[in-house]
Amino acid sequence: MSNTDFVLAVEDLTVSFDGFKAVDSLTMYIDKNELRVLVGPNGAGKTTVLDLICGKTKSTAGSIKFNNTELTKLSEHEIVRSGVGRKFQNPSIYENLTVYQNLEVSYPKGRGVFGSLTFKRTQEVEDRVRKVAADIMLTEFLDMESALLSHGQKQWLEIGMLLMQEPELLMLDEPVAGMSAKERDQTADLLNRICQNRSVIVIEHDMEFVKKIAHKVTVLHQGKILAEGPMEKVQADEKVIEVYLGH
Amino acid sequence: MTLWEKMKASPVLGGKEGVIGLAVLAAVIFVILPLSVDIFRLNLIGKYLTYAFVAVGLVMLWGHGGILSLGQGIFFGLGGYAMAMFLKLEASDPESTKIQSTPGIPDFMDWNQLTALPWFWEPFKSLPFTLIAVLTIPALFAYIIGYAMFKRRVGGVYFSIITQAIALILSILIVGQQGYTGGVNGMTDLRTMLGWDIRSDSAKYILYFVNGLLLFGAIFLSKYIMSSKFGMLLLAMRDKEERVRFSGYDVSNFKIFIFCLAAMMSAVGGAMFTLQVGFMSPSFVGIVPSIEMVIFCAVGGRASLIGAVYGTLLVNYGKTVFSETYPELWLFLMGGLFISVVMFFPNGLAGIWDKLATKYGWFKDKAEVAKKPEVSTSGVEAQVVLTETTETMLAADSTNTATKAPRKRASKKDTGLESSKMRGAEA
Repeated sequence: MSNTDFVLAVEDLTVSFDGFKAVDSLTMYIDKNELRVLVGPNGAGKTTVLDLICGKTKSTAGSIKFNNTELTKLSEHEIVRSGVGRKFQNPSIYENLTVYQNLEVSYPKGRGVFGSLTFKRTQEVEDRVRKVAADIMLTEFLDMESALLSHGQKQWLEIGMLLMQEPELLMLDEPVAGMSAKERDQTADLLNRICQNRSVIVIEHDMEFVKKIAHKVTVLHQGKILAEGPMEKVQADEKVIEVYLGH
Repeated sequence: MTLWEKMKASPVLGGKEGVIGLAVLAAVIFVILPLSVDIFRLNLIGKYLTYAFVAVGLVMLWGHGGILSLGQGIFFGLGGYAMAMFLKLEASDPESTKIQSTPGIPDFMDWNQLTALPWFWEPFKSLPFTLIAVLTIPALFAYIIGYAMFKRRVGGVYFSIITQAIALILSILIVGQQGYTGGVNGMTDLRTMLGWDIRSDSAKYILYFVNGLLLFGAIFLSKYIMSSKFGMLLLAMRDKEERVRFSGYDVSNFKIFIFCLAAMMSAVGGAMFTLQVGFMSPSFVGIVPSIEMVIFCAVGGRASLIGAVYGTLLVNYGKTVFSETYPELWLFLMGGLFISVVMFFPNGLAGIWDKLATKYGWFKDKAEVAKKPEVSTSGVEAQVVLTETTETMLAADSTNTATKAPRKRASKKDTGLESSKMRGAEA
């Protein structure tokens, strides 16, 4: 496969679990500063696509190039270090640490065993934690045990932990699940702000929310792309209405 | 700043409470016990304290890292045997073994028809080599086990079972290879170290204090590690291993490192055991001692370094007292103790202590109250602790920090309610 200008180039990606193709010859390109939303019915393979990109699942065939680096052969932590961040479907934070510590642990320095033993909380780290905390609206909760945050705040914290790493590509799996209407609006603002310097892939079911954030939408169905393009175009697509939006 | 203020401010020592805890433990080990018991009992306590090395290692490995090794006896034994080999060779000089058919080799080799010292015994004639071996052989062994398992992401109960199996294999191997290891009797009749009689009372006193100092060294090292980013990552891994991995860390390397470190600490304990007790046998290597060591740690509080030392002392004291009077009851009592600790006091003695301290507001500087005292409790318990903390604070006085905390909790409840309503409406 040749090199491209895209941040992420997924080509002919296939993964099969005992013969069942969860993702089937998927080809998708993500631009710089683009916010792409993946939608589709349950079992369409949305989460699997993210799993494949971040290395949690190994692909059967095809290639994933991130800034023209092949990701399929790297291990999970190497993919992260190359600049890919992934938020899980359920908020995945360290509940027994404070909000501050959650963010600090995610700072991309001192990632080796000995580096972490000698890691110092410098002014740079401090500033970065405070900046990210302000972005995710958790400044006044910095010293709080993160287990005590609300569900929505936990989602934000996990996004913040990814922002600490300044990833070039950010992948968010259902970031507004379980959020109140107000929190959804705040999250939409947050996503629009953070995609300024990076590309973002979001999986989301709430079409109102998708409208607020999406630059482009990709509809997946049975591991294949059903439609792709701006929100209005996709919403008008007959096939999409039939398998996904119609009910 | 005075020394006291400096110590209080040190994150490594763990604030005022941490400094007081260490000072009390130091007073107990270095002053109170040596002054109040005779040398026979003190030597016995010294023996218990060698197990505390294992317990301190387990606090890091299990309490903070969530990796339960049921095979720490392996490393205790390796350290102990390395030291025993050196002492045994010194005790087997040609002069004192001249009645053997091959003088100059350890007596059990002679009984097993060995006529020359095996090659792997040769280097243990040197004390520096032995001391290095005490640290490196267990660490190397732990590295191999850790690499094989953690790189393949073997964890949880599977890891525990495999370590247990290895402990069993090693103890069977030691028993079976009688000519090389002394078999089931172990290595006995150890007398001198470089001509210094380790059985004399003065030697026992000195060894007790050396042991105590080494134990404090292990505790300080552990405290340093726990207060570093490494310590935070251990807690993070215990909670959400995947999240740590997908934050760019190679989780297995961290686990291997802490496993090796816990192994080295156990080995130092083993070597000090051999020196103080004067023998080493396979009964300190197998499954039963390995599990006992986990119980010491659990009773003391698996997340508390100092608690682990008290837990070790207490359980062993109980063991000595009970097995003198009702030897057959002890095992049942020990089992019951373990079950009740797991069921009712998951944080052991240290957990009970923390609750009392929180309830009565000991060790609390006002500014510290808003922060959580222990990082180790799980979510639900943390909430309880926080509520208690804020309640005591409100009772004491109403500073800004104290009034802020309950407000946060209230707002948290609101959003929780709101979002559950939202979900209900959507459904």
